[in-house]
Amino acid sequence: MSDAAEAPARRRLADDAPVRVVSARAPLRTRLTTLWSRRELLLGLIGSDIRIKYKNSALGIVWSMLSPASMLAMYYLVFSIFLKNGIPNFVVYLFSGLVVWNMFQISLNTATGVIVDRAGLVKKVSFPREILALANVGASVVYFVIQLCVLLIFLAIIGHAPDWGFLWLLPISFLTLYLLTASLAVVMSAVTVYLRDVKHLMEVVLQFWFWLTPVVYSYENSIAAPLHRHGLSNIYFLNPVTLIVLTFQRIFYVSTVVHSTTTGALIKILPTWSFEKFLALNSALLGITVVMFLAAESLFGRLEGNFESEL
Amino acid sequence: MGTVIDVRHVSKSFKIHHERHQSLKERLLHPRSGSTEVFHALRDVSFEVGANETVGILGHNGSGKSTLLKTICGVLQPTSGEIRLRGTLAALLELGAGFQTELSGRDNVYLYGAMLGLSKRAVDAIFDDIVAFSEIEHFIDTQVKFYSSGMYVRLAFAVAVNVDPDLLVVDEVLAVGDERFQAKCIDRIRRFQEEGRSILLVTHNADQVRALCDRAIVLNAGELIADGPTASSLRAFREHLLEDNADRDERPAQTNVTIAAVTTPTGSFDVRSGASMHFDVEIDSQSAYSGNFVLEVFTRSGQLVSRSDAQGAPVNLSPGRNVVGVDLAQLPLLDGVYDLNVGVVDAHGHTRIAWREQAASIQVSYDGRAGGVVELGATIRQQ
Repeated sequence: MSDAAEAPARRRLADDAPVRVVSARAPLRTRLTTLWSRRELLLGLIGSDIRIKYKNSALGIVWSMLSPASMLAMYYLVFSIFLKNGIPNFVVYLFSGLVVWNMFQISLNTATGVIVDRAGLVKKVSFPREILALANVGASVVYFVIQLCVLLIFLAIIGHAPDWGFLWLLPISFLTLYLLTASLAVVMSAVTVYLRDVKHLMEVVLQFWFWLTPVVYSYENSIAAPLHRHGLSNIYFLNPVTLIVLTFQRIFYVSTVVHSTTTGALIKILPTWSFEKFLALNSALLGITVVMFLAAESLFGRLEGNFESEL
Repeated sequence: MGTVIDVRHVSKSFKIHHERHQSLKERLLHPRSGSTEVFHALRDVSFEVGANETVGILGHNGSGKSTLLKTICGVLQPTSGEIRLRGTLAALLELGAGFQTELSGRDNVYLYGAMLGLSKRAVDAIFDDIVAFSEIEHFIDTQVKFYSSGMYVRLAFAVAVNVDPDLLVVDEVLAVGDERFQAKCIDRIRRFQEEGRSILLVTHNADQVRALCDRAIVLNAGELIADGPTASSLRAFREHLLEDNADRDERPAQTNVTIAAVTTPTGSFDVRSGASMHFDVEIDSQSAYSGNFVLEVFTRSGQLVSRSDAQGAPVNLSPGRNVVGVDLAQLPLLDGVYDLNVGVVDAHGHTRIAWREQAASIQVSYDGRAGGVVELGATIRQQ
């Protein structure tokens, strides 16, 4: 009986079982392959994140649709009926930028402190620790998709079609957003272990960042001219979130130049770039964020070594 | 068969912050203040574990056992050196560390499985075994925060031992649960051994090492000081215990009677189990005194093994040096280090006249199969 039991164990080890090396510093490639091999854990953590959030609530995940939907209704009331700012369908413009910003902000706010918050786990169980930060980003991706659905339903209700030609930019732009958010989340989660203030600092920085991004205002309609006069336009576009937001607005809001609903004058809302220019800029940013993610992984690997003595 | 763990020249040092400046303000204000000390938890440790081997790791608190284990499991990165692992590893470092208390037991089994590197399908396949082993069928869909600590640990252990690892790493977790569950855990470990898996076991409990391990490694202050068959490593471990306790505190005598020394004819306190032993207790007294002599034997964990006295016959001390001889005909003690307390009490046995804690430590070596403290000499046969 014991022979029969022993046989599979022997065979398993004889089959060139993969050799894992634990050493002072793993090369980046090893980090990435380990990360990929643990994707089930990532999915499991995302699932548990969402389940914990809506545990014991009767409506559960429906809440994550209700809250953006009510927000959308509120914005519609405020900006299109009470405080007319002259931009037609302003709520579509606002919401297409807001889905991007929400994902960025919620990910960073939750991921920044995650390694510190889950110190018990980090000190006891072996897994690539950045998965914790990536799981928070992943949970935001789920909410992002839900909000996008709310937006699409709203578009269908009011009969506003997205720009089908520009829709091809959506996957590229989303991937860019994901990589950008993930890189920052991974780095910030590790830095917070050493400097606990970063968690609070991040919240403040994100508030400023929000207003540096054309979500609730139109860049072209407000600050484009003064910035251009002082030669600051390029600096404004250094904010990587801006391009992603503009792309989403271009896809869903469509019109670049509109007639004001109050004065009837022509106003420019979005850059009048061609599809090719949007594609080129988005591809370039995608390339940059890929490099950012690799750099973030490598930096995380360096910072990870001393977690034990700091947590 | 191949090597499962190959530890090569692994060192690990920690920075200990004496004054922590973890906020940004403090870091900016005191860029260099706050002394840090480097603590070497492991120094150039090398060893190998082959397939089908069960190796015990022994050491005092702070000797680097847990650091070594965490490094092998990949929770910690070594400062230098490397560890090569072959096959899958399941670690029982802290049971239930990965549990999310808000989730149900079922969800946690899947999450914990994923943390140990299992796919959802793999957990599906062993889910029923896990639940059966943990004995919490009725509560598997209850949130873990409502579990008792015993249920919590049982569930975690059940997941870890059911994941079918090539290498199981166990860190003093066998002390959990009630006795029946402990026995079940030991049974499972033995089955792992029969199946040709490797096990790395860290424990303070020498009996567990003797019962389960073929080989043992002894760590002291981060250095590997012994690596060999269990019996010889246990001996090395004990010798270190004795050295560490060499300068033991001496209690001031309460009266003018003092225990001067405990000696043996050969000068050695090493004895084989079952052999006879004789030692002399030298007592200095400034006046004549008649009292009772007491001998206590303790295990290293502080368990009293036996207390004996002169059985009603008083010890009559005269001024100057007195010698009291103690004979132990057939020492029934098993492998281990035992501390002797000797003293003189008054005739009623109420007041200690002279007392010396840990007046001597004897080291008993034993090669037999019995475990525990005492050899009962039981013969077992079927009727």
